[in-house]
Amino acid sequence: MKPAPLAAAFTQSLGEAWSGGAGAVLPVGFFAGAAMLVPFGVGHDNDVLARIGPGVLWVALALSSLVTMERLFQSDLEDGALDLWLQIDAPMAAIAAVKALAFWLAAGLPLTLITPLLGLMLQMPADTLLPAALGYGVGGIAFFMWGGVGAALTASVRRGGLLIALIALPLYVPTAIFGAMALQSDAGLLAPEGLYLVATSLFASAVAPFAMAAALRLAAD
Amino acid sequence: MSSALVSATGLAAIRGERVLFKDISITVDAGQAWLLRGANGAGKTTLLRILAGLTQAETGSIERNTSVHWCAHRLGLKPNETPRLHLANWTRAWGSSAELVDVLGRMGLRRPADVPARYLSAGQRQRTALARLLLEHRPLWLMDEPFSALDVKGRAMLLDLVARHRAQGGAVIAAIHGEADFAATGEVDL
Repeated sequence: MKPAPLAAAFTQSLGEAWSGGAGAVLPVGFFAGAAMLVPFGVGHDNDVLARIGPGVLWVALALSSLVTMERLFQSDLEDGALDLWLQIDAPMAAIAAVKALAFWLAAGLPLTLITPLLGLMLQMPADTLLPAALGYGVGGIAFFMWGGVGAALTASVRRGGLLIALIALPLYVPTAIFGAMALQSDAGLLAPEGLYLVATSLFASAVAPFAMAAALRLAAD
Repeated sequence: MSSALVSATGLAAIRGERVLFKDISITVDAGQAWLLRGANGAGKTTLLRILAGLTQAETGSIERNTSVHWCAHRLGLKPNETPRLHLANWTRAWGSSAELVDVLGRMGLRRPADVPARYLSAGQRQRTALARLLLEHRPLWLMDEPFSALDVKGRAMLLDLVARHRAQGGAVIAAIHGEADFAATGEVDL
């Protein structure tokens, strides 16, 4: 497989992610806002906050990873770029994966980088913040891949954003379960639960691209 | 194996409950230009998409022996892309070795080369999309209303491109509403 088409798809999507939806600002703002409401909602009992903090961040991360997803493939379908990508001399699954990865870099990585700050606010112990960020980063990849499947399936639907959530959120469940368990164990990602978390992301990265490609072919037809 | 660039027999397309067209056959040889004619909604775009392999025909078979340039009504241009960026991106994606400055110059895009597409006029956007034809030689051009937004100079330029392309053994299938300016080999009525 030639890398050049993939590199071109990556830069094009990265440019779109930054220009179209103000890049990382919107998802990060949503993430911070959602996490910030929790201490107000449950009160300032530090023990309670520390106990629910990691889980709250998983939920907020799952929701904010969907914020920019609507534009992942919809713009390509609307402006005709999808037709050009479908005709290119490279597997469509690889193109779709690279596009989802570009959106992860534009929004998912900034979301991961801000988790230590939000964890601090939720009274998570300081020495767990960086291992937790690593876990959120790994889980975020699964979120963006499954979100990409939802985006591909709803590419031809106007205002398909909420539909993406309905499709993708059930697929987030294994990642959320193992992610929360991994953060509770001392060994973090190296605990069995952590390895299962990594496995959900690897599984998503292996399967989702083919689902995206099939859905995009249907959308263009 | 035939020498035709593309040859299709007995094509039919259904959209929703309606039969758009049926029993369409077309064989395109090197140097030819075919026009697709028909009222709005007759299925010209669908036929082009079928010939490009983007849409599945309901019946019939297609034999395509060549690579295709796709010039559709949806131009494939991103609002944030400048003509230079757009062409550079597809140059990279296709692995072509075209000189971007030459291509921009030939299409009359040198001045707006660095203006994002959302600030370009419809004609300039169309020229940018047509410039992709020059990035890489592909024998068959499938074009959907290629003249629609072009000014007099742009039309002349496109006619010149098509004439050269045919002289080099290329072929064109175009859906065109107005009068056909280039010497068409034949027409397909939908």
